Amino acid sequence: MKATVIVRPKEGILDPQGEAVRSALDQLGFPVAEARVGRVIELSFDSREDARAQLERMCEQLLANPLIESYEIELDGA
Amino acid sequence: MGPRPKVAVLVFPGSNDERDAAWALGSLGAEPVMVWHGDDELPDVQAVVLPGGFSYGDYLRCGAIARFAPAMAAVRRFADDGGLVLGICNGFQILCEAGLLPGVLRPNASLRFECRDVEVAVERDDLPFTGRCELGQRLTIPVKCGEGAWYGDVDERQVVLRYADGNPTGALDGVAGVCNEAGNVMGLMPHPEHAVDPLLGSGDGALILASLVDAA
Repeated sequence: MKATVIVRPKEGILDPQGEAVRSALDQLGFPVAEARVGRVIELSFDSREDARAQLERMCEQLLANPLIESYEIELDGA
Repeated sequence: MGPRPKVAVLVFPGSNDERDAAWALGSLGAEPVMVWHGDDELPDVQAVVLPGGFSYGDYLRCGAIARFAPAMAAVRRFADDGGLVLGICNGFQILCEAGLLPGVLRPNASLRFECRDVEVAVERDDLPFTGRCELGQRLTIPVKCGEGAWYGDVDERQVVLRYADGNPTGALDGVAGVCNEAGNVMGLMPHPEHAVDPLLGSGDGALILASLVDAA
């Protein structure tokens, strides 16, 4: 089984990393209104029935900080 | 004077201020005891300090992985029993990720690693960490962090220190240090252990650490 977890800075939360990327793109001649930087985490594991529930717990406990980040789980082979 | 109180200084892979913290505590009358992150138990100590650094390379988020270290389970039990716990910089980040303190530390709004003396105002003088301070007193203590912008939702009573001359990290409401509801756990981004001798710029950090030693 494979899963992809996408972690994003929550809306309204200042994202200095995204701002740095936006500024660098601007200097390269690619003006964009906004850039937001998140993380992609790819997981491979033995097939299990409660995979989605486990992934939710992984996100809540470690992969994302729910105070400032939202997450999405894509599960292959489900 | 009683015996020197023992203060545990936790050491994670990537900690780099543990020796300064131990030296400062020692110079202020405590007996520092280094505790490796893999230890399941704390030795018999009267307080715990989580030092600055880059535990586990700051991978994922600052402090996110360190909080699962075996020693952190012991720190949680110690704190739950009312023990005094002080987190400095990375130690503050770890305590927030562990849920022992409210909020989270985010990248500085300046996008820069901020490394300089800053002024903080004391907002609580009734805590074990501020017994030697006065309300409103301004302390000069250096910050040195890339991810020091505190963000969270907290009771005003839990704000212990606030940046008093600008806001070096972009922290919400200029918060530089917070405590838990019970007041026995505190974290701050500035480094008091780097400001315990006027020869090195300021001795104001000693007020925080000596308060802890007094209370330990």
